[in-house]
Amino acid sequence: MNLLGKLDWSAIPLNQPIVMGATAFMVLIVVAILGFITMKGAWLYLWREWLTSVDHKRIGVMYCVLALVMLLRGFSDAIMMRAQQAVAAGGAQGYLPPEHFDQIFSAHGTIMIFFMAMPFVVGVMNFAVPLQLGVRDVAFPTLNSVSFWLTASGALLINVSLAVGEFSKAGWWGYPPLSELQFSPGVGVDYYLWSLQISGLGTLLAGINFVTTILKLRAPGMSYMRMPVFCWTALATNLLIVAAFPVLTAVLAMLLLDRYLGFHFFTNDAGGNQMLYANLFWVWGHPEVYILVLPAFGIFSEVIATFSGKPLFGYRSMVAATMTICILSFLVWLHHFFTMGASANVNGFFGVMSMIIALPTGVKIFNWLFTMYGGRVRFSVPVLWSIGFMVTFVIGGMTGVLQAVPPADFQLHNSVFLIAHFHNVIIGGVVFGLMAGYNYWFPKAFGFALDERWGKAAFWCWFVGFYLAFMPLYLLGLMGMTRRMQHYADLSWQPWLLVAMAGTVIILGGIACQIIQLVVSIRARDKLRVTADPWNGRTLEWATTSPPPAWNFAVQPRVSGRDALWSSKQRALATKEEAPPARVYEPIEMPKNSATGFVTAFFAVVIGFAMIWHIWWMAGLGVFGAFVTLLAFAFRRRSEIEVPAEQIARFDRAHQAGAAA
Amino acid sequence: MRYSLLAAVLIGAATLGGCTEGVLDPQGPIAVAERQILFNSLGIMLAIVIPTILATLAVAFWFRASNLRASYLPDFEYSGRLELLVWSIPAMTVLLVGGVAWVGSHDLDPHKPISSSATPVTVQVVSLDWKWLFIYPEQGIASVNHLTVPVGTPISFELTSSTVMNSFFVPQLAGQIYTMSGMVTRLQLQADHAGTYPGFSAMFSGDGFADMRFAVDAVSSDKFAQWVSQAREAGPVLDTQSYKDLTKPSQAVAPFTYRAVAADLFSGVVNTASAMDDPSQLICSISSQRAER
Repeated sequence: MNLLGKLDWSAIPLNQPIVMGATAFMVLIVVAILGFITMKGAWLYLWREWLTSVDHKRIGVMYCVLALVMLLRGFSDAIMMRAQQAVAAGGAQGYLPPEHFDQIFSAHGTIMIFFMAMPFVVGVMNFAVPLQLGVRDVAFPTLNSVSFWLTASGALLINVSLAVGEFSKAGWWGYPPLSELQFSPGVGVDYYLWSLQISGLGTLLAGINFVTTILKLRAPGMSYMRMPVFCWTALATNLLIVAAFPVLTAVLAMLLLDRYLGFHFFTNDAGGNQMLYANLFWVWGHPEVYILVLPAFGIFSEVIATFSGKPLFGYRSMVAATMTICILSFLVWLHHFFTMGASANVNGFFGVMSMIIALPTGVKIFNWLFTMYGGRVRFSVPVLWSIGFMVTFVIGGMTGVLQAVPPADFQLHNSVFLIAHFHNVIIGGVVFGLMAGYNYWFPKAFGFALDERWGKAAFWCWFVGFYLAFMPLYLLGLMGMTRRMQHYADLSWQPWLLVAMAGTVIILGGIACQIIQLVVSIRARDKLRVTADPWNGRTLEWATTSPPPAWNFAVQPRVSGRDALWSSKQRALATKEEAPPARVYEPIEMPKNSATGFVTAFFAVVIGFAMIWHIWWMAGLGVFGAFVTLLAFAFRRRSEIEVPAEQIARFDRAHQAGAAA
Repeated sequence: MRYSLLAAVLIGAATLGGCTEGVLDPQGPIAVAERQILFNSLGIMLAIVIPTILATLAVAFWFRASNLRASYLPDFEYSGRLELLVWSIPAMTVLLVGGVAWVGSHDLDPHKPISSSATPVTVQVVSLDWKWLFIYPEQGIASVNHLTVPVGTPISFELTSSTVMNSFFVPQLAGQIYTMSGMVTRLQLQADHAGTYPGFSAMFSGDGFADMRFAVDAVSSDKFAQWVSQAREAGPVLDTQSYKDLTKPSQAVAPFTYRAVAADLFSGVVNTASAMDDPSQLICSISSQRAER
């Protein structure tokens, strides 16, 4: 019996130069970063201030960093696929053999959805929601740290699969029976399953945390109908997470039972039913789309209102539309498989439902339009992303509704038309929104703004690159090109795929601009310093310093209307003569840093890796370690520290003096 | 008028890149109807989408901060009439497209036989690793990776899979339908013009997926009868043993025909998958075949 289960030296694909090159590159970067930290002597700082931090702002930033790093990984997969399809026409096989190409598209989808878009969305919510609600932290700060580190564990496992073993070749949905042991005997699907199980648990915990925070912790006076729209969308998203992610966990657990213990949930034989997987997967999968896009809608609402110098048009409509989407998103999942042979009534029902969900989305577009109407729109970087979104997203929405018509879907399903559609809504909606949010809240997080010129260059590259990369795919889909083809015979497709390749290269230019923007801004940070309220904001996060102190607000804000900061600024203007009332400082209880999250995640990686390679003793060790960590946390003596009133007063006075000067 | 313009633009764009072989160039009643639904829905939606895009750009441009002629309405945040408009425009669009969807799903239900004076031809389809098997039960023959059908005759398909999920798709003749092991799905199509149309699997099914292509030859009924009698004269017999050989994974298999087919082979394929005598044995053999590759 092998002590290391299925693991041996053959797991490292030494004979595949592309994989080994990518691995070497990844290892080099990691070593360089670790070396840099060591050189700067920053380990202790990093451990105390970041890795064990339970501050929602720091955790939010770490989520976003994870997302940006994984964006690079996911994008390298994308550009490799585009390059393959640009050359593998006619008799040519391209440079990627099927077993490698199949791993790349599976990894691309998995990484972009679970480890780029999800952490980015959760990170932005983490940073902005408590600030907008006027509170000091989320409901369960340590749990928040655990959530983040579990997500990071999943991301780590997926990247380990590049060097040790293989990744899944069954696509990002992992449909059985292809993902069953019978057809995928390798460890690839296990990497997929365990990394999603671990990060999915993290996401579920984050969802519970945020639902509790938004429902139970709001500044005095902030009733539901006074919450910023971003908080409403965050509430809807987290309700969806709490309702949908357990379904994903359950369906992946069933597949794990099939693969590990010989169950027959989805196998071809012994009464398994593959359609059950498709149903359960998309019962999670369609709400997931809204989990991603609703916070992006929230960001656009904040950005467009702020930069138009106007309140959001139709606030109540926006809230109603958000919550309608939240509920309806559970009633459309079957449109992912109209082609499975359901009856006309079933297909018709889900088709019509899928269109009805476009109604509140359309309302939102018009409301943003009327928000700009009568405004003074400042075309800064977040606004460019927002307008780019409005133009792009309606096209994506339209092609989506088109595929909600079952007979049209019979033709378009699984074609590259579909690929173009969902990239149209995920890049044009989610990514554009997150980029707007990144540029919008960056000054709040770090105290200096991002460079405008590079930011605009990045936007234009992404915008033009997106159209070049995906519009040809719409056309190719109508011409009958299906997705996931390692090579194809029809030479007339090739020119369009070359255009798509060019578009991807332009998006690469956009990513390069964003990296340069970050570097340039950090180097010129003294010139780019901002005050508390650089954009003339409307919501509470702009009422505190940039960056905010650990306790967020020196004095608990009191809310007396919608757009809390804007209305208080208007009041201050009206009562200019009177001096503001003296501030009374009180000591604040702050949650203590905790290594629980980091240590739990370490054991989660151990469990995941051990299970993937069937190293049972190591899995047992991981479970034991995680349990001991839980006990250690449960029996902690102190979980909070008190920040004395003088310290807060000193910080606040220094900040106000700085603002006055 | 609008639709024909739209169709002209789309087809024009597609032909720029060479010949089009997809839904834009349909060759049978089902595909023609599907294209019509595609254009109708697209036309209804473009009527609202294009103005919205233009309005967005115009409003953003006109109300730019530097335009001093634009009025500034810092408190404009609600208007009952506009809200009504904002909800009713998308609602009307959804009503129209929703109607198209509901009626279309019933008219083009893949279970529903095509009404025609000609007697339909039945074809049983089995997706294998990584090729297509077409059984003609009435003619008693079968072919691999090549489908021959008579023009102007409804073809009624019964489909299943001996392996993972696949999707049977001939875009110019009809929309696709999944093939799933242990289950039978149905599809109807008809070719109106003689010709050769590409068919393929539209559901990723593993390493050999890209080569899961087949040509559909639509020929006159005389030629079809001729093809059937030719097929009956040559080629191997499809029985349990040769079927088992055929299930072994292989890629880019050249088309060939079977001169005879064992009775009830298709229902055997469907039933073996759903009720295996000794499933563990089959799992071992197939997974080792996959692993060997």
